Order: sequence, then C-alpha cells, then structure tokens
Amino acid sequence: MVLKTLRAIGEFLLEQYRIIKVHKMGSFGSIVILFFFLVACLAPLIAPHDPWEYLYDENGKIATTESPSLKYPLGTTLMGRDVLSQIIYGTRTTVMIGLVSGLISIVIGAGIGLFSGYYGGTLDEVLMRLTDIIYGMPFLPFIIVLISLFGRNIWFVIIAIVCIVWRTSARVVRAQTLSIRQRQFVQVARARGCSDLRIIFRHIMPNILPLLLLYTAFNIAWSILAEAGASFLGFGDPDQLSWGGMLYDLWISGKTRSAWWWFISPSICIILLVSALVFVSRAYEEVANPRLKER
Amino acid sequence: MLLEIENLRTQYRTKKGTIKAVDGVSFSIREREVFGLVGESGCGKSTLVKTIMRLLPSSSLVSAEKLTYKGTDLLSAPDKDFRERILWKQISLVPQSAMNCLNPVYRVVDQIIEAIEAHSDRNMEKKEAFERVEKLFDIVGLERRLLKSFPHEFSGGMRQRAMIAMALALDPSLIIMDEPTTGLDVLVQDRILRRLTEMRNEIEASILLITHDISVIAQMCDRIGVMYAGRLMECADVFDLFNQPYHPYTLGLKNAFPNIRAMDQSLISIPGSPPDLIDEIQGCIFEARCPFSIPDCGEARPEEKQVNKGHFAACIRTEAVERFRTLAGEKATWQSSKSIN
Repeated sequence: MVLKTLRAIGEFLLEQYRIIKVHKMGSFGSIVILFFFLVACLAPLIAPHDPWEYLYDENGKIATTESPSLKYPLGTTLMGRDVLSQIIYGTRTTVMIGLVSGLISIVIGAGIGLFSGYYGGTLDEVLMRLTDIIYGMPFLPFIIVLISLFGRNIWFVIIAIVCIVWRTSARVVRAQTLSIRQRQFVQVARARGCSDLRIIFRHIMPNILPLLLLYTAFNIAWSILAEAGASFLGFGDPDQLSWGGMLYDLWISGKTRSAWWWFISPSICIILLVSALVFVSRAYEEVANPRLKER
Repeated sequence: MLLEIENLRTQYRTKKGTIKAVDGVSFSIREREVFGLVGESGCGKSTLVKTIMRLLPSSSLVSAEKLTYKGTDLLSAPDKDFRERILWKQISLVPQSAMNCLNPVYRVVDQIIEAIEAHSDRNMEKKEAFERVEKLFDIVGLERRLLKSFPHEFSGGMRQRAMIAMALALDPSLIIMDEPTTGLDVLVQDRILRRLTEMRNEIEASILLITHDISVIAQMCDRIGVMYAGRLMECADVFDLFNQPYHPYTLGLKNAFPNIRAMDQSLISIPGSPPDLIDEIQGCIFEARCPFSIPDCGEARPEEKQVNKGHFAACIRTEAVERFRTLAGEKATWQSSKSIN
C-alpha cells in the first residue's frame, strides 16, 4: 500500500518533470524552487551561525553592519547578526508560509469554484457574491486589522493571506467548471447514476487539473509576496525570521542607504523565488492553454 | 410489458410561456423488442429520453398517467433509489452524438469499469471487471488491444462502439439509443447497425431507438412510433407502417426519403415548419401543414384510434386513407395551398 502510494507520487512528479523540462524558463524556475526548498529543509545544517546570535569582532566589539567578507559572506546586521544565516532561516518561514497558504487557498478556491460552477443557481449566486466582496477587500488594511485584533502571529498572517488569495482561483475554476459541466461526458456520467460529488471530483476536476496546478503556483507566489509585504510593514511574526522581516529590521535601523548587502540579499531572494514560481506556472499555462505554445 | 408510457407530458417553463415538448405520448415496449421512434428535429424525441432517464433541467414539469418500468413507477421513485437501482443497471443510454461522451482524461477501459463498479452490488474484483470489459469489446466489435487507449485515439465510430459497450456493461433490460448513428459516415453507420442487429441475438435487452433517419428504423426495428411536435402520430409494426401508413404525416415523411426502387422519383417535402410548441393548439397538431385537413381537424385533438391490429393512428380521416396514399405520391398534393377532400 505504502509502496503503491510512493510509486503513484513518483509517477506524478515524473509527469510534472516531463511537462516542465520542455520549457526553458520553467526548468530554470523549478531548479530555483528546488534549491530554496532544500535550503529550507537543511537550514540548521548549512547555516554558519545562529541567526539570532550576536557576533563579535577580534576586539571583542559587536560586529555591527560589517560589509561582506570571507568571515561573513553576506555581511552582518546592525545587531551584529549574520545576514547569510538569517536568509537561510528566513527561507524556512517564507517557504512554509508560501506552501501552506498557497495550498490551503487553492483547496478553498477550487472547492468554491467547483461547487459554484456545478450546482449554479442560488449557491452559485451566494458564493460568487462572497468572492466579489473578497475582491473588494484590500489586502494590507485587512491584515493590519486582523493582526491588531489577534496579535502578531504567523498563523494569523497565514489566515489573512488565505482569506484573500483564494478569490482568483475560485473565479477561474468556476468559469472552467461551467464549461466542462455542459460537456456530454458529464451528462452521461449523470445518466449512469453517478452522484454529484463523484461527478465533481472524478469527472470534472481531472479535466481542470492543469489549471489547478497553474493556480497553485500562482497562489504560492502571491502568498510569498503578501507575507513579505506584511512583514516589511511590521505585521509579521516577530519570532519568525523572514525575508520581509529582515527588510523591516533594516528599515527601522536606518541603514538602508549604507548597508547595501543587508538590503540586496533578501530582496533578490524574494524576486528569485517569486519569479521562479511564475516561470513554472507559465510552463503549466502552456499545458492548460496550448494556444500559447510557441510554434 | 417492459416499459409502459401513458399520456406522458413534459413541459419546459420559459419566460415566454410553457413549451409542451412532449404532449400526451403513450406507447409501450415489450421484452426483447426494438422500438423505433422517428420524427424531425425538435419534435420531442430527446426530451422523452431525458424524461425517462430523469436528466431534465429543473425548469421542466413532468406528468403522466402511467410511466412504469417492469411495473415499478418511475415518476414517484425516490432519486437515490432510482439512481442506484434503475439507472444503467436496468435502463442504460447511448446518448446523442455519443462520440463526445467519453471523458477525455481517462482510458476507455477505466471509464467502463467505473460504470460497472459504481453499480455492482458486491465488490467486483478489478480483474473481473476488466474481463467483463474485454467481453463487451468483443460484443461491439472493438479489438481488445484498444482497451487501454484514450478516447482521442479512437475514431468516431470506435467511440460510438465504446459507448454502446458502456451501455451494455451491466446487462440492462432496456437500452435507449438516442441517434446512435448520427454524424457518422454511411459505411461506419452501416457497420454499427449491422453489429447492433447481430447483437440482438446475443443480448436480452429491449432497445428504444431514437432517430430522424427512417432507413435506420426500417433496418432495425420491430415496431415504430412516429412523433410530430411532441405528439405521437402513428404507432405500428414496422411492415404495417411502411406498407400501409395511415397518418398523412407518415405519408409525407415517407415521401421525404429516397426509394431505392424508384430512383428517378424526386423527393417531396412537406411544406411549412412545425408549430411553435408554446401555442395552445386545439385540434390536430399537424392540421396547418396537412393537405388533407378539413375544418373538423381544428376542432378537437384526434384520439389515437386502432386502425388495424396493433396499429394506431391519431387522425380523424383514416377512412379515406386509400385515396390519400395515392395522392400523397404526387408533388402537387403537398404544394397546393387549398386542401384536398
């Protein structure tokens, strides 16, 4: 049983690799994602220092805002902490928040889209108006209110991100469901006596799978950006290191102009990971919509 | 009697009014019989199928004096019961344009297995189900090596056969085929029809064959019902209907198809178009297009009367049918604006 599941997962991953490898940007993106994922998993092993540790120079003074050197490859912060180690540990938070909120939001979005599109009528009306309301909600004020109500905690950040990010996937999935629902094979499945749930998950969902993968990648990218933005404004979890949080520390230290190493490394990481996700989603988009394919 | 339908009405509520898509249709299907239903597009054939299979949209309204299958009432059966015990197990469907009816993301064999597994009472082993599908492929004349193909690897005719195999999967006693050969070229059409005819000896099911192609009916059926604008015009044994049609509409319909024994004859079509089904029509629904209509035709809906043994026609002028038959063969009859008496 376990072996069977493992094989299924392996086949699935192989299939994904097959899709992505024909797409140059996509394969670059997946390498970057894999790299950051490994960094996140192995953080305690590869980080040269404890990210919270104050580092001292030879004179016994705190090594404050030191520029990159062999000892500190990405320099140090105002409090004498190693930027490289902070980046490595920050990857964990970022990847975790991205994956968790990205996956939860696609499940919610796809679920709402599928049910709304399949059943139509009042349910569709209610769910889509709810989506419209969420569309009207600006992200940052929403997270500010939520955080000031419940406190700065990583789970509230995730909840806030999920609350906003599902909306696009719900609409897109609903539109696709509406079109698939009218296809003959769904009618036949109904004639065959399949229950509604079976039709939704066994017959309609596999047909929109490329779209779901595409929006999973989008949602993860959006979640990472949202988390970085919120942390930069000081609404992140103070106990969790994250790239956005590092930029926030830099901003309040007032060293933005002088400590370029402190500023550049988290920014590049954010840009790299988010664009890698976008590249991968582009590769999936070509599967979902072959018309985009270069001929 | 396998399926008994009496005075079945199916209506669609729309903003403009109620469309009477099926308006008081009665017929029955016996065990191991092929019953053909002909009629032009929009005459309510497919609505009738959807009514029996409960596939109608929620805006529709169904009523009937009798709609029973092997004695169980189909109208009042609870949804779950109907879905689990009757659909596909007892009554299965080869839908219209069946070539688009396979889910593109699953292998053909898996789709048929799904149909089997979803309905079998005991837990059938996957292997057993697979063997069953192999047998079904033999019955419909598909090669076994195609089992694991995806639908897009099939040609139209092969997909049609696969759908027929799926309909046979659970040994139903009634198979409804809605235009099973429409959209296929004549050769494939012929091959499928021949296969279906051969199949009749191998399976013990009745078939309700729905088509607008009268030649398909002639080849396959035991009895025929002719539908027009939601009503049944004539219903008879296949030979009776072709040799001695009673209803003017059937006469016209026969004219519109080429006759192999009289190749030089040009086809005669019935002028005009079917009435709007929203309108309330008092008399015979074919009156407006009928060359033999008299004022009485517009008065009251003609009853389906027995003109011969097992031969029913809904026309009040059946006593003059001999003359109609000769007149109907002439083009002038249909084209003149005044009625012939």
